[in-house]
Amino acid sequence: MADAILRLERLSKHFGALRVTNELSLDILRGEVHAIIGPNGAGKTTLISQISGALKPDHGRITFDGRDVTGLSMAQRARLGLARSFQITTVLPDFTVLDNVALAVQARQGHSFRFIKAVARDIGLSKRALQHLEIVGLADRAHMQAGRLSHGEKRSLELAIALATEPKLLLLDEPMAGTGKEETERLVTVLKRLAADYTMLLVEHDMAAVFALADRISVLVYGEVIATGAPADIRTNEKVRKAYLGEEA
Amino acid sequence: MSDTPTLTTASAGRTPASPRLLGLRLPIAIFVLLALVPALATVLDDSFITLFVIRVMIFAIAAVSLDLILGYGALVSFGHAAFLGIGAYGIGILSAEGIYDGLVAIPVALVAAGLFALVTGAISLKTRGVYFIMITLAFAQMAYYTTTSLSAYGGDDGLTIWRRTEFFGTGPLDDRLTFFYVTFGCLLAVYLLCRMIVASRFGRVLTGAKQSEIRLRAIGIDPYPYRLVAYVIAAMICALAGVLLANQTEFVSPAYMGWHRSGELIVMVVLGGIGTLHGAIIGAAAYLLLESLLQDVTHHWQLIFGPFLVLVVLYGKGGLVRLITGVRAHG
Amino acid sequence: MMLFAVQLLNGLQLGVLLFLVAAGLTLVFGVMDFVNLAHGVQYMVGAYLAVLFTGLVGNFFLALLLAMAAALVIGLLLEVLIYRHLYERDHLDQVLATFGVILFLNEAVRVLFGSAPLSVAMPETLSGGVVLMNGLLYPVYRIALILVGLGVAVLLWVLVTRTRIGMLVRAGATNAQMVSALGINIRRLFMIVFGFGVMLAGFAGFLAAPILSVEPGMGDSLLILAFVVIVIGGIGSIRGAFFAAIIVGLVDTLGRTFMTDIAKLVMSPSTATDVGPAVASMLIYVLMAAVLFFRPTGLFPAKGQQA
Repeated sequence: MADAILRLERLSKHFGALRVTNELSLDILRGEVHAIIGPNGAGKTTLISQISGALKPDHGRITFDGRDVTGLSMAQRARLGLARSFQITTVLPDFTVLDNVALAVQARQGHSFRFIKAVARDIGLSKRALQHLEIVGLADRAHMQAGRLSHGEKRSLELAIALATEPKLLLLDEPMAGTGKEETERLVTVLKRLAADYTMLLVEHDMAAVFALADRISVLVYGEVIATGAPADIRTNEKVRKAYLGEEA
Repeated sequence: MSDTPTLTTASAGRTPASPRLLGLRLPIAIFVLLALVPALATVLDDSFITLFVIRVMIFAIAAVSLDLILGYGALVSFGHAAFLGIGAYGIGILSAEGIYDGLVAIPVALVAAGLFALVTGAISLKTRGVYFIMITLAFAQMAYYTTTSLSAYGGDDGLTIWRRTEFFGTGPLDDRLTFFYVTFGCLLAVYLLCRMIVASRFGRVLTGAKQSEIRLRAIGIDPYPYRLVAYVIAAMICALAGVLLANQTEFVSPAYMGWHRSGELIVMVVLGGIGTLHGAIIGAAAYLLLESLLQDVTHHWQLIFGPFLVLVVLYGKGGLVRLITGVRAHG
Repeated sequence: MMLFAVQLLNGLQLGVLLFLVAAGLTLVFGVMDFVNLAHGVQYMVGAYLAVLFTGLVGNFFLALLLAMAAALVIGLLLEVLIYRHLYERDHLDQVLATFGVILFLNEAVRVLFGSAPLSVAMPETLSGGVVLMNGLLYPVYRIALILVGLGVAVLLWVLVTRTRIGMLVRAGATNAQMVSALGINIRRLFMIVFGFGVMLAGFAGFLAAPILSVEPGMGDSLLILAFVVIVIGGIGSIRGAFFAAIIVGLVDTLGRTFMTDIAKLVMSPSTATDVGPAVASMLIYVLMAAVLFFRPTGLFPAKGQQA
């Protein structure tokens, strides 16, 4: 039985009287692909933000790889191996595709207070960056300005950047958001390949992708997990059906 | 920071044939031209040109240091002149105390500016946007008001410097030609230093943070310490300009660090082309030339310059570098 | 003790003037995200309009009305010609363009009125002094100024918290895009906010004219103080601007008066006379730094605390 790489214990977050995250407890097991689904307004983005460190929970504890990270900043968690891709693409538009990934590689290596050597001539950095681009299929776009990529390509670049930080856990916030059918299929293929080597926590609306990728699914409704289990079980779960389809389920 | 769509879309398709070489042509031309100025002055029998260009180069050093944090770091500091003033006052105060040795005075001036930048930067850089602009302005004003109340060192009226900085007992800066080439050397060194910083891993963090701070945090980099270091480096470079300025004018006054001066520095950077480093040199030259020409036309030259500035901001994105090379600047 | 009472009142007076200038500025920053460095010249324009109109019509209060109208016109002219093109631009562009406006207007005023400081006569009804205590005579005009300023503060508070426009302004300060998305004519809201701010600044300048010297660049130093007020108070917040303005006014005035004496308690008199004024001038900036250290977005920020 795999251990939990991420443990959420009684996580709570409210904005005024609105409880967006309500005593949420969840374990993400090492090596699995875990998807979080739920109707709109369930609090998925708020949850991801708390896990990644963008938002501070009001109570509760987050343990990552055996370490209490509740008080750590986003950058600190990233250095510990918690990588995140964003729902709204945040690539660096003025850098080339290669440099976007190279910066992540540089961040991983931790030697950024270097002033003398020109980073563009750092072959090691570029090589490693290119490897990650190959995994997501963007190697031929390496020298293009990132701002010029198509939406789907930017999503792939986000993935490559996350991979370059050599993460222990990949936090993917709606990776298929806004991508067309072909691009979605391509991304799913890439993610399926990566699933063999990486633990992933995936927030997604695209059900086909979720069912294709996930080992386990958790359903989030009104800030609480109402069900966790294998895809087949979730599909037939009474509570889940009610949440999505209303009482007539 | 987003670019305006007007001018940039026009040249969106154009890319220079060999970017690296082309990128070097303009800076090389600038430095060659500068180096030849004394010769030109002799030919034209006009020593004023040399003096004027020394002043241009001094402000160019200050402007280049500002471009480092403004153009590459997107830190809109409206208090950069404070470092110019601190550098100048370092020389001024020590000379009032009878200390003229460059090996003492210059490090003191630079370190003083660095410390001021460290303390004020540590606080300012925790803020962003509008706050940052106003806080840097306020801190510079604080330095300004402090110097006006230093009655022992001239206060509001300023302080005259009776002897220029000396090295090993000799006064090389007394000779105009030597002063010119010392300043030229400093400008060249500063330019190369900033070029190197910008191309390094450190520079990449800075320019990355400018585009998306959250992206950097997500890969594990907190931009704050990098920005602080850049801020301190820029301050010390600007203080060097202050040292040279004090020597050239043989005078220091609180006006050196007034916010009008800070505004002028920003104008120089933007006029020349923000985010190019050599643009700041061109911008300094253009600004001082414009100021000099307009002052000849009318005592009320700011009546013309004000609207000119507004027009440049509204319609002249990319600055003079853009005009000359047709290439969109980094910023 | 008398000195303290006088300086306390002077501090309140400065605070009130600062509030009038800062209130408009903080809204413009907060609602429109527009860094308007030229707000200080609006204050200066108000003072020069006082000179102009009191010279023309004689009656102080009539001149005030005329000056307010003129200040509004000038402000809106600047808005239409220049500022409105800057709302979408980044802060750097706004800083530079408004800097150009400052240079122009400072020089224009120098051309039209000369560089020498001018003065405006106090209105008859408000001249003279009032006995406060122990034979302490304090100018009626200054008391009136304080009262008027406080009155405007109350009026603004009522406007902002109890009217529909005020609610829109507060909403705009918190999230302008949202307000626009809700179908509110954000352009018109901007103009109203801007016009109001301009009039407040001009009003402050007019009121200050009889007691301060009217000269080119008088708005610049006040602007810096207004910035400090806004930073301490929190951008977009009228309440913040009020409390911060009073605090800054008091600290600066009392500090300048008593710092040398306080310094004399801990060091020799000669050092104290040197160090005293220097420290006094730094006081509000140290205060600002201290506030920012604990609250990087000020005491009452409109946008609330971010994680």
